[in-house]
Amino acid sequence: MSLDLTEQQTLLRDSVGRFLSDRYSFEARRQILNGDPGWSPTIWRAFAEELGILGAAFAESAGGLGGDALDTMVLMEELGRALVLEPFLETVVLGGGLLKRCAAPLATETIRGIVEGHTRLAFAYSEPQARYRWDDILTQARPEGAAQVLRGRKSVVFGAPAATHLIVSARTGGGRHDHEGVVLVLVDPKAPGVSLRSYRTLDGRLAADIDFHDVRIPPEAVLATSEVAPGIIEAALDEATAAVCAEAAGILDRLVSDTVAYTKERRQFGAPIASFQVLQHRMVNMFVKAQQSAAMSHMAALKLAEAAADGARSVAAAKAYVGEACREVGQSAIQLHGAMGVTDELAVSHYFKRAIAIETQFGSAEHHLNRFQQLSLGMASKTAA
Amino acid sequence: MALRSSDDDEAFRDEVRAFLEAKFTPELRALTARQAGVFADGDLARRWHRILFERGWIAPAWPTEYGGPGWTPRQGAIFQEECARAGTPRLPGMGLSLCAPVIMRYGTDAQKAFFLPRMLSGEHYWCQGYSEPQSGSDLASLQTRAVRDGDDYVVSGSKIWTTHAQFANWIFLLVRTSTEGKPQAGISFLVSPMDAPGISVRPIISMSGEHEVNQVFFDNVRVPVANRMGAENEGWTVAKYLLEFERGGGSSGVPLSVALERLVDIARNQPADGAASLYEDPVFRRDLARLEIEVMALAWTERRLAGRRRDGESIGNAAASLKKLCASELGQKIEDLSMRALGLYALPDQRGALGTGANESPIGPEYAVTPTARFLNGRASTIFGGSSEVQRNILARVALGL
Repeated sequence: MSLDLTEQQTLLRDSVGRFLSDRYSFEARRQILNGDPGWSPTIWRAFAEELGILGAAFAESAGGLGGDALDTMVLMEELGRALVLEPFLETVVLGGGLLKRCAAPLATETIRGIVEGHTRLAFAYSEPQARYRWDDILTQARPEGAAQVLRGRKSVVFGAPAATHLIVSARTGGGRHDHEGVVLVLVDPKAPGVSLRSYRTLDGRLAADIDFHDVRIPPEAVLATSEVAPGIIEAALDEATAAVCAEAAGILDRLVSDTVAYTKERRQFGAPIASFQVLQHRMVNMFVKAQQSAAMSHMAALKLAEAAADGARSVAAAKAYVGEACREVGQSAIQLHGAMGVTDELAVSHYFKRAIAIETQFGSAEHHLNRFQQLSLGMASKTAA
Repeated sequence: MALRSSDDDEAFRDEVRAFLEAKFTPELRALTARQAGVFADGDLARRWHRILFERGWIAPAWPTEYGGPGWTPRQGAIFQEECARAGTPRLPGMGLSLCAPVIMRYGTDAQKAFFLPRMLSGEHYWCQGYSEPQSGSDLASLQTRAVRDGDDYVVSGSKIWTTHAQFANWIFLLVRTSTEGKPQAGISFLVSPMDAPGISVRPIISMSGEHEVNQVFFDNVRVPVANRMGAENEGWTVAKYLLEFERGGGSSGVPLSVALERLVDIARNQPADGAASLYEDPVFRRDLARLEIEVMALAWTERRLAGRRRDGESIGNAAASLKKLCASELGQKIEDLSMRALGLYALPDQRGALGTGANESPIGPEYAVTPTARFLNGRASTIFGGSSEVQRNILARVALGL
């Protein structure tokens, strides 16, 4: 059984790869990173109009390309390799992943805006007390006439400063960890009562802590009611988690190849340091981790694309593995670059910082290791029954 | 690519299960459960070989023209999975898996016609003469000499770590036929019957107390020139071709998964502090989950690289080394945790209950018989077939261009 890409996926990979090597060099990226707003509207427009990748994961009826988790994997790997700052993950994979599962008319309309390139999303789900659990929700949505009123606080919401729309998880009922009573609502970040504290994360990307102080939500902005919202959130978070594993695969590949190239150039003791066996073996260990991370990312995408029964468990396994690999390969890459590795000048430190951020995003390796165990136990007891 | 098996594949799986149910008898199961070596003992190996041969299933990877079953890769994997799940004896692969590809690629028609059918039937039991006392990781420095004398070579020297030489009736070996040029340039690949005058075998007992490996001495042994595979002095190419199969053959995901299942079985039955069983102990569970994930990572890497290898990408050439490196190191971690899971019952010397000649009952639970011996034997897996350090050297060169 092989894990070959389809011809269409290979074309997609090559065209995105070509675009990024032409238009998203490390220097071009640095300009975007150091400027305002921290992402490039020009690149984003090109994603929509030249490459058409903003519609990759949506149904053809919504103006998309009808792709699945494997297409997302192919894209994310390339975006990782070029360390793209634009909010593709937040908008297309996570925001889009929620919207395409919501029946509300507003969801379909919002998807159209994503495909066309003028809508960007952020999913405000994490809360200060929740650590990595999506279901630890204190934010309330209270009914007030036909509308609802939103009150609460969301923390480290990736992509929020760039977003035209926020999708917010809130409680209409139920206790702190209950899945009952959770709803999804669409919120305009400029609406009265919404205040963002925007900042950069360590990898240079955008995020915000958000306060919702009695924000009025009209009935049509309820994207998912409590019957369906938990399932939608879990499915979309699994897809986003698999997607950052793919992004990491692209990043790890670059960390390995940059390190190999650097050690061949750098001379000490009268020889290229790549000739020293202790360094060679360390680079082989990096290579093995990078290869296995790519395979785990592929496994997770495949299981999601096929809607396999062990999809969530596979995603947890992949994230646990890839998260640790991000730390280990990243640390080795810095170490082998010597003091140059800790400077802002070289690409390696930027790749390292994104790798470290990915380790934490959507749950650390430890979190997913625990989740993997729980899901394994769940599957074992189902089989036994 | 589909993850779900087709109906045909499921029918095939049923066929394999039915066969194993019928032929892997309780007696054979009991004997096999007491095996802790890398391969099943000679007698048991011969019996199981014969059973598979009679069904036409002894050489899943062989082309049909030589007697392979003509399975799809998926069917081959299903067969391997079912055998591993049932716990069938691990057959030594020196003939069927290592020497056979060499004969198919480098052998003459006469050599193919003579050796392949006898390998298939089990009439010939093979062992491998590669390492020498002074040539381990630096295999190309080997010194066993073969001097041409008419239609024969006269072979003198010694091979070591020769697995199952005590059961084998044929050996393939690397010999030095020239001292000119680079060490790699003067090597030839020969095969010889083990009963040739001048061959003697000295047992080497491993730290688990078992006799799997040997030293083989060659004292002016006459080997016909007709028993050479490939050209004279070009044996290194042949030797490396064989090593690809030794390092990369089969899937390591399945046997490692089965080793994990055995570990889970032990853990469910072992007591623990503050938990109903060791299996429910959070520290143990975390160690177990890590190993499960590592097995997944290796299995999916193998699948992923299989496609690359076919496409001839350079990473494909590194696949065998990557697999050997990861599978051996991961196997050791599983052996280590399995032994530690036993607590004090990891310590009794179980030799009396181990192997086909065993006549004593186990000390402690039945599942405590093999893990310690497997742990001890498994220490060799990162050394034989090219040590982990050699594999990392190869990967540095082939995969990273260092």
